[in-house]
Amino acid sequence: MTGTVVTTDGMTKRYGTHAAVDGVSLTVRRGEVYGFLGPNGAGKTTTLRMILGLMRPTSGGASVLGHRPGDPAATARIGALIEGPGFYPYLSGRNNLRVMARYQGLPDAAADAALERVNLAGRGRDAFRSYSLGMKQRLGVASALLGDPELLVLDEPTNGLDPAGMADMGRLVADLRAQGKTVLLSSHLLSEVQEICDRVGVISCGRLITESSVADIRGTRLLYVRAEPIDIALAVAMRVAGDDAVEYTGEGIRLRADATTAPEIARALVEEGVLLNELRICERTLEEVFFELTAAANASGPSGTSERMAH
Amino acid sequence: MNARRGSASLLSSTRAELLRLGRWPALWVMLGAGMLLNILFGYVFNYMSYRTDSGSEINESMPPERVLQTLLPAGVPVTTVQGMPMFGGAILLILGALAVGSGFGWGTWKTVFTQGPSRASTYGGTMAALATVIVGLVAAVFVVNFGIATLICSAESQTLDWPPLSQVAQAFGAGLLIYGMWTTAGVLVGTLARSPALAVGLGMVWALAVENLLRGVANALEPLEVVTDVLPGTAAGSLAAALGAPTFSEDGTPGVLDAIGGGPAVLLLAVYTAAFALAAGLLIVRRDTA
Repeated sequence: MTGTVVTTDGMTKRYGTHAAVDGVSLTVRRGEVYGFLGPNGAGKTTTLRMILGLMRPTSGGASVLGHRPGDPAATARIGALIEGPGFYPYLSGRNNLRVMARYQGLPDAAADAALERVNLAGRGRDAFRSYSLGMKQRLGVASALLGDPELLVLDEPTNGLDPAGMADMGRLVADLRAQGKTVLLSSHLLSEVQEICDRVGVISCGRLITESSVADIRGTRLLYVRAEPIDIALAVAMRVAGDDAVEYTGEGIRLRADATTAPEIARALVEEGVLLNELRICERTLEEVFFELTAAANASGPSGTSERMAH
Repeated sequence: MNARRGSASLLSSTRAELLRLGRWPALWVMLGAGMLLNILFGYVFNYMSYRTDSGSEINESMPPERVLQTLLPAGVPVTTVQGMPMFGGAILLILGALAVGSGFGWGTWKTVFTQGPSRASTYGGTMAALATVIVGLVAAVFVVNFGIATLICSAESQTLDWPPLSQVAQAFGAGLLIYGMWTTAGVLVGTLARSPALAVGLGMVWALAVENLLRGVANALEPLEVVTDVLPGTAAGSLAAALGAPTFSEDGTPGVLDAIGGGPAVLLLAVYTAAFALAAGLLIVRRDTA
């Protein structure tokens, strides 16, 4: 099945004069893992709350699984974890899931299966309040998985998880995609998004700056060359890649060129008698792209504030 | 189709809420405290004063024979209902405020609202579960009081007279109405405050202090009586008095007063219960959930 699962149209949430979310229009397609990226306070959680119908937008709207946000017909097909897990502290993890399963009209066995899925079965009978941050987070994900939903909305799902837990979460999301589920997850950890997401939307200061595939957003690749003598190497590089695509960094030469250009550069340098010390393909990480995008947005944004990201 | 789905969601929500309320230690502490107050003020202190023949603070003007009558099975409907307007009501107000207000701090409303049932069904489930708790509590109080009264009856070698069933039914209904009103009042403050501590504090100040202060002022300032006669606590206290409970001013139980008749009191309690429940429901359905 193809089509869109979530569409927002100029969704805005204002608190007084401050716009927490400002005209966000994003599209999540069926069967994809969509990464919603942004620094803390950029408006990720508020956007997700509006998509789930927990909050009403000030203006703009959204369609989720063909319904308005919060419509029981949509909510019943969504599993969500929003801004940290919210459970009854005095109940065990298992009983918390039983409560949520009852809300969905599911048998208790669904709670046990969900606990197994996030490796919490061994601690299922302990009180939620005794859980570590990572265990609470896993219980939140287990609750989102109840009822086998078509769409999962996971807000910072790896928050509080140790590296093993993060790897588990990555595998879980990959499993969900393999099952044909659609996953909308927010994160400020770019490295994880890079690995598991098909497409990303980048939000900063409430505005969606860009939305595209991970490959596209990283854009053109770079070639890095160290060679001697440098003046001849520079001339060769400019001849092959064009004057504007070449930059001397002080130690080497950076070329904005596709990886397929690498053999041509190597042959030209060798033919000119240049000593080629190093030639490698550099791929911009999502992190670098992200900083460029958010810095540009902050510089041109109305508030002009610059938010740095934790990583 | 929608109606069927709605009633299925309401049933699912009620089952879910009963599970989480039934395993909530705070609920049992509150119900236990309510039961203990009922036993102590309804029977233990009065029986002790009757046995020692000393005339306690609580009923110094009451002759011992009349005290004993309130402790026998025939007196159960009145004795049970007289403790409800203030002591019982305060506890039920706390229960309502905590049952709904805590969910905002724990973040459980947000989790529940993303499960599937509409917010209206979810809220309906909470109210149905609380109603079940109230029915259970009132029934338990009657059963325990009948048990104690029967014991006292045999200990004092009195003839075993039961109250007419209609009187028991009236008292049972009054108990449900008084407790229902205070519980929904708690639910409303819990929803408004979105914090259990603030809600309980405000609710207590209202139920125990503000209403009494207003009545005190109304004694001196007659026009204010129009207002104090329609306060929730006045309605609850007047219903208890209408069923035969002696008023506080006649050395009866605090909270019992005869400001209005039984009919208007029932009507007022029903209106308050419906209005509080509706107002809280509208807030829960329409407000953004943080």
